[in-house]
Amino acid sequence: MIRVCIFGEDVAEAGTPFKVLSGLVEEFGTERVLDTPISEAGFTGIAVGAAMTGLRPIVDIMFGDFITLTMDQMVNQAAKVHYMSGGAWKVPMVMRTTLGATRRSGAQHSQSLHAWFSHVPGLKVVMPSTPYDAKGLLKTAIRDENPVVFFEDKMMYTKLKGPVPTEEYTIPFGVADVKRVGRDITLVATSSMVQVALGAADLLEQTGVSAEVVDPRTMWPLDEKTLIDSAKKTSRVIVIDEGYERYGVTAEIAAVIAEGAFYNLDSPVKRMGAMHIPIPFSPPLEDATVPTEKSVFEVARRLCGQA
Amino acid sequence: MTTATDKSAANSEATAGQWMRMYRQMVSIRLFEEQVNELYTRALMPGLAHLYIGEEAVAVGVCDALRTDDYITSTHRGHGHCLAKGASPDRMFAELLGKEAGYCKGKGGSMHIADPATGNLGANAIVAGSVGIATGAALSAKRLGKDRVAVCFFAEGALGQGVLYEVMNVASLWKLPVIYVCENNLYTEYTHFTETTAGDIPARAAAFGLQAEAVDGQDVRAVYETAGRLVDRARRGDGPSFLVCNTYRYTGHHVGDINREYYRSKEEEKHWKTERDPLKLLADWLVAQGIADSSQFKGIQSEVETEMKKAVQFAVAASYPSVSEVEQDVYA
Repeated sequence: MIRVCIFGEDVAEAGTPFKVLSGLVEEFGTERVLDTPISEAGFTGIAVGAAMTGLRPIVDIMFGDFITLTMDQMVNQAAKVHYMSGGAWKVPMVMRTTLGATRRSGAQHSQSLHAWFSHVPGLKVVMPSTPYDAKGLLKTAIRDENPVVFFEDKMMYTKLKGPVPTEEYTIPFGVADVKRVGRDITLVATSSMVQVALGAADLLEQTGVSAEVVDPRTMWPLDEKTLIDSAKKTSRVIVIDEGYERYGVTAEIAAVIAEGAFYNLDSPVKRMGAMHIPIPFSPPLEDATVPTEKSVFEVARRLCGQA
Repeated sequence: MTTATDKSAANSEATAGQWMRMYRQMVSIRLFEEQVNELYTRALMPGLAHLYIGEEAVAVGVCDALRTDDYITSTHRGHGHCLAKGASPDRMFAELLGKEAGYCKGKGGSMHIADPATGNLGANAIVAGSVGIATGAALSAKRLGKDRVAVCFFAEGALGQGVLYEVMNVASLWKLPVIYVCENNLYTEYTHFTETTAGDIPARAAAFGLQAEAVDGQDVRAVYETAGRLVDRARRGDGPSFLVCNTYRYTGHHVGDINREYYRSKEEEKHWKTERDPLKLLADWLVAQGIADSSQFKGIQSEVETEMKKAVQFAVAASYPSVSEVEQDVYA
């Protein structure tokens, strides 16, 4: 029985505005790749019910900013059905959506709102940072028995290239990946910020600082051990994420590290996220709102006593 | 305990035995709810409950037109739907008291009873919260080639929620086997529906191309006949429909809503209870048809009373879940 299907706005012939689903409807047909009306709450709710009754739906929410329209379906329905029913029903669905600023899209098409779902028990939240991780994590998401929200960096669609094996593989949730090994400072980075952190690490290397880059890959479940172990090794940590810094995932990860590695730290854990403002349109203003290679480099140097 | 039995897909004319079973099911719902009120007033029940008394003919008439493997979604006022779909009173009372033996191991409570064995996808405490779920179940039924249908129960208060119109639009476009059953009990909490609802209710659904009908929700025969037609239609693949059942909530919005005169008169309540009672309307018809006499109704009343008391005793005596279970079932 073929149970996996995907629906959302312009997912079929259009392949989404980002063209990431191009060819899907030609290969799998309109029974499994369904265009919906512009009704995020409605089709997300339909996915919840479909998941409970035998399908494995994937819903496509074009811009991460639009998850606000799906909140009741995800937070009060999908996340709670299994628990409220005492385990009687389950909701194996995936919501794919996007994050990321600097695309000149204005305040309602540029946010990174993954912290909202990370706050809710019953949901899992995935944030791939490479093409390889995206494939392995998406397969795991589709096969998971729970509602999973999968955030894709929309800048990455065109900017980042990387090897993706054609053969079958999956990447388990709750397993962080050390993207670069180092000894002087740990840069914990998510999604779009992994490339920023790797760029900063290159700059740091030129000044003699060895930076380790750790990508948690899933916000929940969270691989606390790998984060804490890296912090214990390097003794300095910056947590970098494109969501709003205030009450964001950087705060949670920083707290996990502060509690787990307190006696090994040489400085307070530093957070770097998006500024606490609506994302502005004007390019120089927008660029100032999110961490960059340069800003991470400078903060890291200060933490390491170089500036 | 009464259990649901599979009915034939063809819902033309019910037999005498079927009418008697529906009468008994309505009595079960009423006496269940009276016990709930009793548990609440005796402070044996945590939280609140929303009673279905007065609306019994809707749940029974619709659910008797369904098969056990058809799906329903329900509301915060959902005890009647659960019972009519085949749930057992003992495990329902246990759930209301937060006991381990409840349908949701005590984790759901009055507003969240769910039961896969009877196709009950769950009661929902968000008004219109389950309209997507019911529509999604209909999508599964269609995609997986089952000839199941889904019934989405909600009251007129849900007409204010936009998501209802989003999913009706999709259900119509995709021709899904779903029946939206709007129980218009006249009051959206403490406000008459005419203060919150503009225009014509069935016309809202008709605008999306749904088959839209309205029926006397106190007349179980009318509800059953109409629901049966709409269920058959959905099962045949002819698409979604919308059924307004005009009914009345005898008691308050919840068990604690005792003084109601600021929003409705005692005369109005009395009128519905004496002139429009669904149990009495069916009993009178059964007598007129020579199907039953008054002694049989007394017998049913007495049997169901005994059954409900036993069910309450079971629930009161049942154990609470162990605190160690608090983190179980968050993830499957």
